[in-house]
Amino acid sequence: MLVWSRPGRILIWAVFALLFGVLFLAPLAVILLSSLADQWNGVLPSGLTTEHYSDVVQGAAWKAVKASLVTGFLASALALVSGTWAALALRIQDATLARVLGVLFFIPSAVPSVSVGLGLLVAFSHPPLLLNGTIAIVMVAHFVLISAFTFGNVSAGLARLSPDFEQVASSLGARPAYRLWHVTLPLLTPYLVAAFGLSFALSMGELGATVMVYPPGWVTLPVSIFSLTDRGDVFAGAALTMVLVAVTLILLLGLERVAGRQTRS
Amino acid sequence: MSVPAFTGSNVMDVDAAKIRGAGSNVHFDKVSVAYGAHVVLHPLTLDIAPGEILAMIGPSGSGKTTALRAVAGFVRPASGRIRIGATDVTDLPPYERGLGMVVQNYALFPHMRVEDNVAFGLRAQGADKALIGERVKDSLATVGMSGFAKRYPRELSGGQQQRVAIARALAVRPRVLLLDEPLSALDAQIRRNMVEEIAKLHRDLPGLTILYVTHDQTEALTLADKIAIMRDGRVSSHGPTAELYRRPPNRFTAEFLGRANLLPVTVAEGAAGPKGLAKARLGDAVLAGAARGEKPGDKTLLCIRPQHLSLTGDEEHTNRIVGTLKEVHWQGELTHLVLDVDGTPVRVSATRLPVSLPERGSAMPLFFAPGDTSLVPEDVRG
Repeated sequence: MLVWSRPGRILIWAVFALLFGVLFLAPLAVILLSSLADQWNGVLPSGLTTEHYSDVVQGAAWKAVKASLVTGFLASALALVSGTWAALALRIQDATLARVLGVLFFIPSAVPSVSVGLGLLVAFSHPPLLLNGTIAIVMVAHFVLISAFTFGNVSAGLARLSPDFEQVASSLGARPAYRLWHVTLPLLTPYLVAAFGLSFALSMGELGATVMVYPPGWVTLPVSIFSLTDRGDVFAGAALTMVLVAVTLILLLGLERVAGRQTRS
Repeated sequence: MSVPAFTGSNVMDVDAAKIRGAGSNVHFDKVSVAYGAHVVLHPLTLDIAPGEILAMIGPSGSGKTTALRAVAGFVRPASGRIRIGATDVTDLPPYERGLGMVVQNYALFPHMRVEDNVAFGLRAQGADKALIGERVKDSLATVGMSGFAKRYPRELSGGQQQRVAIARALAVRPRVLLLDEPLSALDAQIRRNMVEEIAKLHRDLPGLTILYVTHDQTEALTLADKIAIMRDGRVSSHGPTAELYRRPPNRFTAEFLGRANLLPVTVAEGAAGPKGLAKARLGDAVLAGAARGEKPGDKTLLCIRPQHLSLTGDEEHTNRIVGTLKEVHWQGELTHLVLDVDGTPVRVSATRLPVSLPERGSAMPLFFAPGDTSLVPEDVRG
């Protein structure tokens, strides 16, 4: 809707700035200030320091960054493959079956992540499915929680893809595998990149299920942050949070560039 | 950047000759298509001869695209068989049918350059590099797009993309070229040019069998050797283009192909004379027109094209009717008049008007030649 009057536009911008400031910027600003605070007893910190960053870097921060990155990357890659596969497979199924299976795929995203963690802990605690205490169970937990989003993203991309591309490719003699590799997947690339980015961001911030299943030696960033703040080291937790935000942001911006290039071509 | 016209004649030696003999006939043998209980194509039996352009035209939902998609292999017939040449392709997947297809929105692969788009089918079929290079060059030359090989589709206009889509389809040496409303996305001026250029392409590649689906009668009339007019999932009429236009076999064909005027008449005398003209009565007027075996007393329709009606009579335009002038629409090179003749609206397309037209509401005589009219039976809906 276009707002034609100048006061109307000013009002709309003011409301937007207020909401954006309160809901998005204020919490981030508080965390940033906390990560740099020497002491914080009043409205604002009494002094600024980079000491908390030095502490987390010298401590377990880099191990946590690595654990989060590896978990995020592997779980997202796995979710991307299975989500894409599922979306492609459901596309050629009977509409009712596709709808039912599509809803089933989304169920994990509606279950609290703590419950997913607990469920995995119980399910994988006995041979032959003994994953408890391994890194694999962390991957599985993240995969379960994020796969619905990759499926949703790729399904949305497929729904927008004109069937003409694949049909013309077929009529020109392209067999299904050739067509998939040379036509369908390249055309879906922006959606695949977006799906991977979203999955990765979700995985990087995942705490509920991870805290239930993580083994010693595989402490992700959110678990580290939770541990630090839980024992009262709020400033170090804030510094680690900023590390998490920075790492996730850098990766997402990189993916955005890739997606942008694909969309332009 | 301007685009040269199709240069099919220039490449005849290198390319057209190879395509010339490549066309196959297409045979629909009682092919029907249904989605559940809903039949979208009733049993269709039709032949397209090698090297022929058959235009399937009809309104939306008439089954024309379904018939094309059945040939392409994207719709599975509920019954009947489809043969291309000697091969029964009914159970073959699309990629084994040896076709080329051009669709309304061209569907050029946006992530590939023009040359890669054109090479796509050959690469998919595992052709060797030298052959691919030669065919890409020839196909682009055929459609006048040699200078655009390195471009991406987004860098081309609609007309240029359409040419590339045709080149891509031609590169695989299709047995049959399927054109599914290929010009619908273009604006009127480019569409007119493209129709002429596709006609020229076919003159240069006469062996190419083309199934051309469109809702545009001008495209069909310009391009097609034969036309099949579809209605409600059935072929309403099928025959050589000029014949269907001159002697439409039913009301729907007469109205769909050229917007004919159809006057309800009663046959007074059956066909007589060397031209087989019958006489029919419209009110007090007795009119002569080409007969179709009608008997005296039969109720039928007299078909007159708007451009065959004259405002002045002479020894050729001997049929005379009188109508009431209702509307006059000047459109530059043509003026369209609408008259009421015994309750039936009659359209006249005149290139020249008398110095003074009667006032709207006045009576006005119209003249036409018996040879320009035919008797058309009223539709019998199945």
